[in-house]
Amino acid sequence: MRGLSGTSVLVTAALVLAGCGGLGSRSADALVTMGFGLPDEHATARVAVFREGNPDVDLRISEGAFDEQQFLSAVAAGDPPDLVYAERRKLGGYAARGAVQSLDGCLRAHGVDLGRFREAALRQVTYEDEVYGLPEFSSVRLMIVNNPVVRAAGLDPAALTTADWAAMGALADRLARVDGGRVERIGFDPKVPEFLPLWAKANGAELIGPDARLDDPRVVEAVRHTTDLVARQGGWASFKAFRDTFDQFGANNQYATGQLAAMPMDSWYVNTLATNSPDADVTITPFTDRDGRVLTESGGQAWAIPKGARHPEQACRFLVTMTDTETWVTAAKARRDALAEAGRPYGGTFTADRVADERIFREVFDPKGNPILERGVPVVLSLQDEAFALPPSPAASELVRAWEGAVNRVLVGQQSPEEAMAQAQREAERALKRVGGR
Amino acid sequence: MTVSRREARAGWLFLLPWVVGFLAFTAGPMLFSLWLSLTHYDMLKPPTFVGLENYREAMTDQRVGTALWNTVFYTALHVPAQIVLALALASLLRRAGRGGGFFRTVLYLPVMTPPVALAAMFLLLLNGQHGAINGFLGWFGFQGPNWTTDPAWIKPGLVVMSLWTVGSTAVLYLAALTRVPVERYEAARLDGASPWRQFWHVTLPGISGTVYFTAVVNTIASLQVFTEAYAMFFGARAKASAEGDAALFYVIHLFQEAFGSLRMGYASALAWGLFAVIAVITAVQVRLSRRYVHYEGDRS
Repeated sequence: MRGLSGTSVLVTAALVLAGCGGLGSRSADALVTMGFGLPDEHATARVAVFREGNPDVDLRISEGAFDEQQFLSAVAAGDPPDLVYAERRKLGGYAARGAVQSLDGCLRAHGVDLGRFREAALRQVTYEDEVYGLPEFSSVRLMIVNNPVVRAAGLDPAALTTADWAAMGALADRLARVDGGRVERIGFDPKVPEFLPLWAKANGAELIGPDARLDDPRVVEAVRHTTDLVARQGGWASFKAFRDTFDQFGANNQYATGQLAAMPMDSWYVNTLATNSPDADVTITPFTDRDGRVLTESGGQAWAIPKGARHPEQACRFLVTMTDTETWVTAAKARRDALAEAGRPYGGTFTADRVADERIFREVFDPKGNPILERGVPVVLSLQDEAFALPPSPAASELVRAWEGAVNRVLVGQQSPEEAMAQAQREAERALKRVGGR
Repeated sequence: MTVSRREARAGWLFLLPWVVGFLAFTAGPMLFSLWLSLTHYDMLKPPTFVGLENYREAMTDQRVGTALWNTVFYTALHVPAQIVLALALASLLRRAGRGGGFFRTVLYLPVMTPPVALAAMFLLLLNGQHGAINGFLGWFGFQGPNWTTDPAWIKPGLVVMSLWTVGSTAVLYLAALTRVPVERYEAARLDGASPWRQFWHVTLPGISGTVYFTAVVNTIASLQVFTEAYAMFFGARAKASAEGDAALFYVIHLFQEAFGSLRMGYASALAWGLFAVIAVITAVQVRLSRRYVHYEGDRS
C-alpha cells in the first residue's frame, strides 16, 4: 500500500511537472513572441534596448521560424502569443480573418509617425484603412550579374538587360552551358515561380487587386517568356536539379564557381555574397520592365499582435521599440562592431524605416573597401522607395499557391501557359469567394 | 469467479489505459472531425453547418484526384518493393550465422533516422546532376534520371528513399522465417524440391501471416505518406517550386487545405474520404487473405 501511494505521488508529480512544461502553460506575466529568433546583433541589440527600457517585463523569445499552423491553432485555442513576427504579405489574410488586432490605438498612444515607414511596406500591413503590423526589415529585388562569365561570352555585363524579352532567349543560349541534357551553367535564371509578380509587373500586369486576373494575357505572356528561358537551358528537371546543387550560402556559391551568369535576386543576397566571396566580380543592377524602367518588388517581415493576446499594452510597447529609428541605429552599430571584431565589413541594415536607413548608411555603414558592398549598396538604397509590394489580400496564401502551381505545371510541361493560368484564375476565384471578396 | 473471467478482467485492466487514451485522444477527435466535415470552419470563427457540401466539393476537386492518384501510385510501388527487399534481406540475415546480431542491428539502425533528416539527406543523394545514387548508376554505364525534379521520377525516387527503413519489416520477416519448421524443408529436399520451389511452397506459406500483416500495415502507412515528401517538396518556400503536382500526396493536400487555407471542415471531409479508401482497400486485403494466408492452427 505504501508502495502504491509512493507511486501515485510520483506519477502525480510527473504529470504536474509535465503540465508546467507545456506550450500553453507559460507564466501569466510573461510577454511571449512567436516567429522571431536571436541570430545576430540586429535582434539581440534591439531586444536589449527593450529590456533596458522595460525591466519589469518578463520577455520570452520563443526562438524558431514562424509556423502558420502553430500560430492559427494557438489563436483558435484562445492561447496565442503576445506578438507574432511574420511575412508582411501574410498579415492581410490574418487581419481579414480577425487573427491579428488593429494597431491604430497602439500607434496613436505611442505617437508613432507612420510617415517614416516606406510606403510599399506600410501598404502591405494595412487592411481596410487600419494598420495591423509594423514593418521590420525590407528587401528589394535586383539583378546580380557574374562578370567573368558574361565577358567570356563576349558580352558587356553592364549592357545586360531584362527589358528586351525577345533578345533574352538568345542571351540565355549564349551564356548557358548544357551538355547532353546535363546543365553545367545556367545562363539566365528567371527565378520563377517565386518572381512571377515581378515579371508580370514588368509586362504591366498585377497579380493581386480589384482588377487583377491571373489569366490576363500579359501574365500569360510573362509565364511563357520565363518558362521558355528555362526550357531552352536544359529544361526544368535538369535546370532545377543543377540549381539545387548551388552552395548558395557558402564560399563556393554559384557566382564564385561560375555556375551561373545572371539572375534577379533579393537584395539581402548582396550581403551574403560580400561576406562569403568578397572577391567575386559581379555587377549589381536594377531589374527593369519592358520599357527599360527600373522595377523592383519589396518584401520583408512585420510585427503584429494576435487576437486574444494577454498583454496587448506590453506587446505594443515592444513592437514600437523594436521598429523605432533609434533602436535600429543602435542595432546597426552593434552589428558593425561585432563584424569588425571578426575583420569583416558591415554592409548596412535595410529596414522599412526610411529615416533609420538614412542614419544607418550615413553614420554606421562600413564596407571596409569591399567592392560588392561599395557598388551594390547604393543600388539597393536607390531602389527602396521605387518598390511595389503585393497588396494585402484575405486569400494571399491561396493566390500565391494558385499562380505558383500554375507556373510549375508549365515548367514541367503539363500545361500550356494559357491553360495553367486559366486554371489558376479559377482557383483564385474560388479562394476569394470563400474568404468573401478581395 | 472462474479462471477465464479473472483472466478477462485482468486483460481489460491492462487494456484500460489504452482504451481511455483511445476514447479521449482518437475516437473523440474522430467524431469531432466527422461533425466538422459537415461545416465550414476556419478556426477563428464558429463552425457553420453546410451539410454534405464539403464532400460534394471533394468529388470535383481536381487536386483531390491528382493527390489520390499520386498516393495510390506510390503505394502500388512502395508496398511490393518493401516486402520483396525486406524478405530478401531477412533471408540473407538468417544465413548470417554468428554475425547475425551485428547485421540485424546495422539493418535496423536506419529506421532510427528522423524523417526530416532522411528527406534532407535524400535530396542530396537523389539529385539528378550530382547525386550519389546517379553517380553509382554511372559506374555501370547508366545515366540516372532527375529523381527530385522530373515529375515522372519523383514518386519512384520517394519509393527508393522509403526503402531506407526496410529494416523494420525485415526484422519481422526474420522472426517469421525462424518459425518455419525445419522438417518441412527436409521433407521438400527429400522430394527433390529446388531452392526456388522450397521458397515458393514451404517458406512463403509458412510466413504468409507475416506477409499479410506487413502488406496491410505498409499499405495503410503508404496511403498516409506525408513527412518525407512534405519536407522535400513543400516545407520551405524555395522547395515548393520544384515538384509540380507530382509529389502532392493526399495527406499533403489535406494539410494544405487545413492549415494553408484554414478550411478545417473541408480538410475533415478529405480525412474521412481517405478513411473510406483505406477501409475499402483493407477489406479487399482481408478478403484475399482468406485464400492466401495460412496460420499454424489452420486445417486447410
